[in-house]
Amino acid sequence: MIEANGLTKRYGRTLAVDDLSFSVESGQVTGFLGPNGAGKSTTMRMILGLDNPTSGQVRIGGKSYRELKYPLRTIGALLDAKWVHPNRSARAHLKWMAVSNRIPVTRVDEVLDIVGLTSVAGKRAGGFSLGMSQRLGIAAALLGDPEVLLFDEPVNGLDPEGILWIRKFMHRLADEGRTVFVSSHLLSEMALTASNLVVIGRGRLISQSSTKDFVTRAADNTVKVRSPQIDRLRAVLADAGAELTAEDGGILVAGMDSDKIGELAAANGVVLHELSPRTGSLEQAFMQITGDAVEYHTGLAAEPAVLEPIR
Amino acid sequence: MTLLAVERIKLFTTRSPWWCSAITLVLTMGFAALVIGNSPSESGGVTVAGTQMGHTFGIAVIMVLAALSVTTEYRFSTIRTTFQAVPGRGSALVAKATVVALLALVIGEISAFGSLAVGMLIKPGAGIALNSAADWINVTGVGVVYALAAVMAVAVGVLVRHSAGAIALLLIYALAVENLIRLIPSIGAHIYQWLPFNVAEKFLTGDGGSGAGPDMRSTATLGQGWALAYFAAFALVLLAAAIGLAKRRDA
Repeated sequence: MIEANGLTKRYGRTLAVDDLSFSVESGQVTGFLGPNGAGKSTTMRMILGLDNPTSGQVRIGGKSYRELKYPLRTIGALLDAKWVHPNRSARAHLKWMAVSNRIPVTRVDEVLDIVGLTSVAGKRAGGFSLGMSQRLGIAAALLGDPEVLLFDEPVNGLDPEGILWIRKFMHRLADEGRTVFVSSHLLSEMALTASNLVVIGRGRLISQSSTKDFVTRAADNTVKVRSPQIDRLRAVLADAGAELTAEDGGILVAGMDSDKIGELAAANGVVLHELSPRTGSLEQAFMQITGDAVEYHTGLAAEPAVLEPIR
Repeated sequence: MTLLAVERIKLFTTRSPWWCSAITLVLTMGFAALVIGNSPSESGGVTVAGTQMGHTFGIAVIMVLAALSVTTEYRFSTIRTTFQAVPGRGSALVAKATVVALLALVIGEISAFGSLAVGMLIKPGAGIALNSAADWINVTGVGVVYALAAVMAVAVGVLVRHSAGAIALLLIYALAVENLIRLIPSIGAHIYQWLPFNVAEKFLTGDGGSGAGPDMRSTATLGQGWALAYFAAFALVLLAAAIGLAKRRDA
């Protein structure tokens, strides 16, 4: 649905986006992942025809953005919730957008209702909280009932309630069969919302795959084992070729799945107190894959990511 | 037509156009009251041209209004929303310039006829009236000059993108730079003859048919019709340049 081909953007001497090619499939939520400064927002602006690529191109349903006659009816976007005149009311903001794409003005009240802003429709948008601005931005994106939606860091700076609301909203949009392309640097967030991932670092494509593949490919999958006969078990597992590391009160087994460990333990009469497989978190996968693609290193070694199973 | 409606909604759903319009009317009519009220009837000041002297300040405020209509869009990045909704940047900006120019035309006509009325009310016996073509041009022409000045200001707003910068540039140019250039020895006066706001004055007051005294008249050598064409061309060239740049630039 969205097809980027050799997309490159240079600002002076900085290469913000470097020969980026990817595609976003119809009817799915695709996450656009990368550390801060990786070129996500620049890419999104190029998709919308706001920034001109230095070279390469991006097409939406086979057309460049500027070829779309009423673009808001094809692709809705929320790049920055603060792109609103502070003295203009929410309704007036949506009204001029609707008129510009010949969308019936009655749709304005519909989208305000969808995002729950009906009661403040006549208020100045400048007085809105970030959460309300974000909702107004989503209302604007939905205005033309578009097939494709683009969101840039939609949960950034929101409180937990706002995050939950956005997350539910993404699922709802996907359930409606819309194509959603959403950027984030929060990997755990992407694991909950996106089924596919386009990962970039320093403007370059790092991987494009399903979220599940991305995690399994990247993370070390380990199994934690506790046993009163730990020394015996160590010997057995080491003989079978597993890699072992000590962890508080037990051992961490790599290179062997939990089924096999359980079978070996039973065969050797070892009692197990714990046998828990762990999947690497997205954060880990991300750090491992993007590695040195982070633009601004802090100089501090990254703290080891806390292991957390994916829900 | 759609785009004109869009720009109309955008313009009138913020406060600054209302304020600028009100200020323009108060300034120009107030100035007419001062000029006419303080001129003895037998001196040359109580004329149709005399009632219109405040238009210089009106132009300044109108250019502020026009420049703000663009620069606030850059300030709050709504220009991006605009170009997202209307990817044809040229037509979006032409629509904006048109709507702002139409507003300037309306305000200009109200302020010009209002100033005339103020003069007639203050000195009823002085015979201020629209008696000749020159009188008519001097009054109705004000709105036209406002409209073209607004187009220039929109263009400068697009080129500069910052409110303070654009407004400073426009006001300093219109109110000071042209007159300073005039002071350059030997060539200054010749350059001044071709500077746009001086030429616009020529269109309004011509050869003094509306009662403008010799020191009020423009030094431009063009005829009235050509003076208008020159000023209009200046505005349109500036707008074309601004649109050309906006198309190439990242929003």
